[in-house]
Order: sequence, then structure tokens, then C-alpha cells
Amino acid sequence: MARYIVRRLIWALLMLIAVSGVVFILFYVFPSADPAQLRAGRQANEDQIEAIRESLGLDKSVLEQFWIYLKGVFTPLDLPGTDSTGPLYLGHSYQSNADVKDVIVSDLPATALLVFGAVIIWMAVAIPTGIISAIRQRSLLDRSTMITTLVFISAPVFWLGLVALYLFAQDVGVIPVFPGIGSYATADTFLSKCASMILPWLVLAAATAAIYARYLRSQMIDVMQEDYIRTARAKGLPEKRVIGKHVLRSAITPIVTLLGLDVAVLLAGNAILTETVFNIPGIGAETFNAIKRSDLPMIQGITLFGAFFIVTLNLVVDIVYAYLDPRVRYE
Amino acid sequence: MSAPLLEIDDLRVHFSTDEGVVRAVDGVSLEIAEGEMLGIVGESGSGKSVASLTVLGLTRAANAEITGQISFEGQDLTAMDDEGLRRIRGNGIAMIFQDPLSALHPFYRVGNQLVEAIQVHRDVGDADARARAVELLELVGIPDPGRRMGEYPHELSGGMRQRVMIAMALTNDPRLLIADEPTTALDVTTQAQILRLIERLRRELGMAVIMITHDLGVIAEVADRVMVMYAGEAVEAGTLEQIFYDPQHPYTWGLLGSLTRVDQPRLARLAQIAGQPPSLINPPGGCHFRDRCPHEFAKCTEHPDLERRGGDAGHRDRCWLAPDRKREARVIASTGAIGLEAAKEPAS
Repeated sequence: MARYIVRRLIWALLMLIAVSGVVFILFYVFPSADPAQLRAGRQANEDQIEAIRESLGLDKSVLEQFWIYLKGVFTPLDLPGTDSTGPLYLGHSYQSNADVKDVIVSDLPATALLVFGAVIIWMAVAIPTGIISAIRQRSLLDRSTMITTLVFISAPVFWLGLVALYLFAQDVGVIPVFPGIGSYATADTFLSKCASMILPWLVLAAATAAIYARYLRSQMIDVMQEDYIRTARAKGLPEKRVIGKHVLRSAITPIVTLLGLDVAVLLAGNAILTETVFNIPGIGAETFNAIKRSDLPMIQGITLFGAFFIVTLNLVVDIVYAYLDPRVRYE
Repeated sequence: MSAPLLEIDDLRVHFSTDEGVVRAVDGVSLEIAEGEMLGIVGESGSGKSVASLTVLGLTRAANAEITGQISFEGQDLTAMDDEGLRRIRGNGIAMIFQDPLSALHPFYRVGNQLVEAIQVHRDVGDADARARAVELLELVGIPDPGRRMGEYPHELSGGMRQRVMIAMALTNDPRLLIADEPTTALDVTTQAQILRLIERLRRELGMAVIMITHDLGVIAEVADRVMVMYAGEAVEAGTLEQIFYDPQHPYTWGLLGSLTRVDQPRLARLAQIAGQPPSLINPPGGCHFRDRCPHEFAKCTEHPDLERRGGDAGHRDRCWLAPDRKREARVIASTGAIGLEAAKEPAS
């Protein structure tokens, strides 16, 4: 197991360097316009552009630029032309006049609250639903669950969000129950922040719970055909034990992997639609604004942050999977 | 003579599917006494596995229609509820399966799976259960059993995995062991070891064994009595000697004739039975073997019962041919396939 972890760590490090390289090429090498001008944004003046050009070392060779860039990301470094030091120097947004890293750090709590709350709800709904649908295949419960989940998967997230607001928001809703748009920003206590998240949680959880329920159902149906389940029954185990200990244990492992990756992607900014509909100041919303403003450093920084996050969580997921499935440890 | 341990009377198992009713088992009757080894031989799709799973009630499903009688130690298993059957599984009757790699849970250690088999039927503490598990691993001939307890199934060799399966089946001293093709997934040397093991355990523990296989060589090695199955039915049943030396059914002749023999000259082509097994959804009327049998005649359109016709006591078959006609027609030399072709070319 230890050797497996070390191997995975080395891979992760290589992946991170490769990802940095790709981001570098996308944002530094490809743009056909003057990168310094692009970095500076629309409202920059000549001095700023010069400063950026110097700090970016645009007169140096591409490889040297990449090396400086890597150093900025991975090591503590005094970067010329800026006030920042590495590591994790993700760029400086001249339009918000802040380091991208600082902006991300301030946006992260909102996104984290949104994602983790949604995760709890969607797992709490999806797991029992998936199990029961699998055990009672083709029953009325199973069929109605499958149709409902299909509806939630097909519905666009922003549409679900708008419908939820229309129905339940305290200010504009038909049944005013939950806090509506913009309530996160005005909430001051943790509890009131959570209250403002109820509708976003439900919306984000709706589609995902549907996907997970269906996935768990099909995994369980597959596992129930396996020979070792027949052996478990032939041993005289009660059906509850067969399902709960033998079937579920096998069926849940790919779900755990999926969960890890979904959380990573959402935290990296994939909740963009939910955040914009509900006006939550998270990473997704930040990405949306940065794109609108063509704030290149911000977009680039968030991309790199997201990629790093996903590579790291991928590593964690791989290790957890090896813990759950002992056969994988020997690869 | 004491009552048989297990008695099956005209068992039929039909599954309703989208393509029609699959008559997986369509008339199987057998008896097995304490300590006896019955071999059930037949090709894939003959219904041998379904019949044995039905004994333990493992084929019960919404689309399954099970008729006939199964009684074990005097108890009626066909009428029994699930809870009653559950108490017998892994207890009075145990079952082992063909591929031990897929038949053991890949995520749980061997010790864990053995202890579970012990604790489901007996109120035994963890320490005692683990001690018993180690004992069982020793009994089936696994070296260094203490260490094996902590290993996962994929860390063991095929032969050892099958020994673990056998150990798991023996945890509660079953009176009957059903072995469904236990050696098919193993290489020949390991196969021999496992068969010897089962035979030794049978003698030591006084356990009856039903050995299901498609391999006549395995049957010849260990069985006391044999039942030959074809297309869901038993087509012949008798003692080992009766089946091998005085076979009464053309299908049995075909099976025996298709064996390659070391003591005979090598054939250019392996002998085979022409044709394919019939569909279990629409079995042909009359004898199920009719379409492939070179000796078919007028009476074969009538479905024969399994009865004693010309052989010794206890030797039953489903073939309408007159007994002396059978002795003429059957050719089991390795010179060729059954019946017709051998009649065309004289035996060399």
C-alpha cells in the first residue's frame, strides 16, 4: 500500500507540472496580441503595461519564461514587478487590483459551503434511493424513481434554480419559505449563511442525486449477478446481510471515486451556474465575471487553481480506491 | 435400508422470460444416501446447475415456477419458507462453485469470510470462530493457515482458493455437499488434488456429495452412482459400473465415445455427437434426444419415462430401444462416433 501511495504521489507531481505547462502555453504562448497588454486589461496605462512586460520577462526566451512561471507557482519567490511572493503565484489581476490567489482564497468559503452542503443532501437522498430501486427492480417505486431522476438530470441547472426561486424564495416566491438571491452576501452568522444556501443546495443536489441514484442502482444490479453473491446466499446469510455487507460494499466503490472527482470539479468552479443564479460570491461566480471582463490573469489563475485541485483530489481518490479495493494495490 | 438423505421427485423448474418459458429442469428424480457420492454429468445447459441450486432454494424468483418434491432428512424443501431454507444453507447442505476467484468476495479477507460462515449459524465469539477457521484451513490441507487468514482471495493460487471454498462449505459439518464443477477452472494436477481432498473429507466426515461435472473422467474417479442429464432431464441413472460398462442411452454412448483414450490409437478427428442440444424453450415433443440420435424410430415421438428397462436393479434410462437392440447398436470404441457412422465403416 505504501509503495502504491508513493507511486501515485510521483505521478501527481508530474501531472501538476504538465498541467502548469499546458496553462502556460494557453495563456502566454497562444494569444496573438501583446501578452502584456492582455494581462493588463482594458483600463491599463502605459506604465502598468511596461511593468508587466518586465515582470513577465517577455524579452526572454519562452523556456526561460516558463521556468520563471514554474518557480512562481511552486516556490517562494520574490517576483519582480509585483508585490507578491510565491508559491502559488497565480497571477495578478490589474482589473481587480489584487493577486488572483487572494481573490480565490476569499471566494473559496462560499463555494465550499455550497458544495459540502449539497454533497450531504445528495448522498443522503441518492444512497437509499439507489439501494431500494435495485432491490425492488421494476416495482412501482423503482419506475417512478427512475422517471423522476431522469427529469432532474435533464433539467438545466439554471432553470431549476430559477424555478426554485420562483416557488420558494422569501422575497419573490409563490410560497415564501427560504432566503432568495443575494442573501448569502448579507448573512453574517454561520447559521444565516446556511439558511441562505438552502435553495442553492437543493438545486445543486437535485441533478447530482439523480445521477448517483441511477448509478448506484445499476452498480448494485450488476454486483447482484456476481458469483460471490450467490456464495453469500449459499452460506445461509440473511438477505439484509447479503445486500448490506456484500453487495453494497462492491457497488459503492466506484461511487466513492465519482464523489471525489465531482467535489473537486465543483470546488474548482464548476458550480458556476448555481452560483450566478443565486448570486453567491464563489469561485464559479468569479470565473463568470472574469470572463465577462476579459480579466486574463484571473481566468488563467482560476484555471490553474482548478487543475491543481483536481489533480490533487484525483490522487486522494486513487488512494481511497486502493484502500477499498485490495486488488488495485498491485498495479 | 435407511431413508435417503436427499430425495428429489420429478423436479421441474421453468423460467418465464421474454422469449418464452425456459424449461431449464424438466423432470429430474434422484436419491442419495448418507455418505454416498452421486455424480451428475451433462453438458452446459443440461440443467444440472439449476437443479442443484433449486435444492437450496436459490432459484426462487418471481418468474420461476418450481414443481416437484425435494426432501432433505425428511423435511420438504420445496414447501419450506425462505427462513427455513436459510438455516439449511451452509449448514445441513453446503455448496461449492466452479470458479473460486469469482465465488469469493474480492474485498474481504479469507479469514473474515470464513468467520462469517461460522457465525451465521452458530453463536460463537470472534476468537473461537477464528480458531475454528484456522482448523478448517488445516483440514483442507492449506499450509501456514494462520497467515492465509489475513490474505485476500486474489493473493492465493487457484487450488488454494478452491480449498478455501471447501473449508467454508465445511464450517458447520454439512451432511450433504453439492459441488458444482469444482475442478473445471483448475489445471489437471490441481484437479486431482482437489478430488482426492473431497474424497478424503467424505470418508472422514461421512458426508454425502453430489459432484456435478461435464467431465466423465472426474466421475470415473470418485462417483458411486451416476446420473446423466440432457436438455433438462435425467436420461440415465445407475451405479458407476452400470453407466460405464452397460450404458443404455444413446446420449451416454455418445459421451463415452467422445472420450479420448491413451490406450487406443489416435483418431484423425475427435468423435462427437452430431447436432446441438435442443432449445429449452421449445423442446421437441417426445424424446429430447431424438434429433441427434442415429437410432431414432417411430416410438421416439412419445416421451419416455425414466424407468428400468433392461439393465440391472437401480439402472434406469429414457430410451425406447429394446435392450438387445441397444447392445447391438452401441459402439463405444474410439473408432468413431456413435451408431450410424460406425455402422457404415467397420471397426478397425
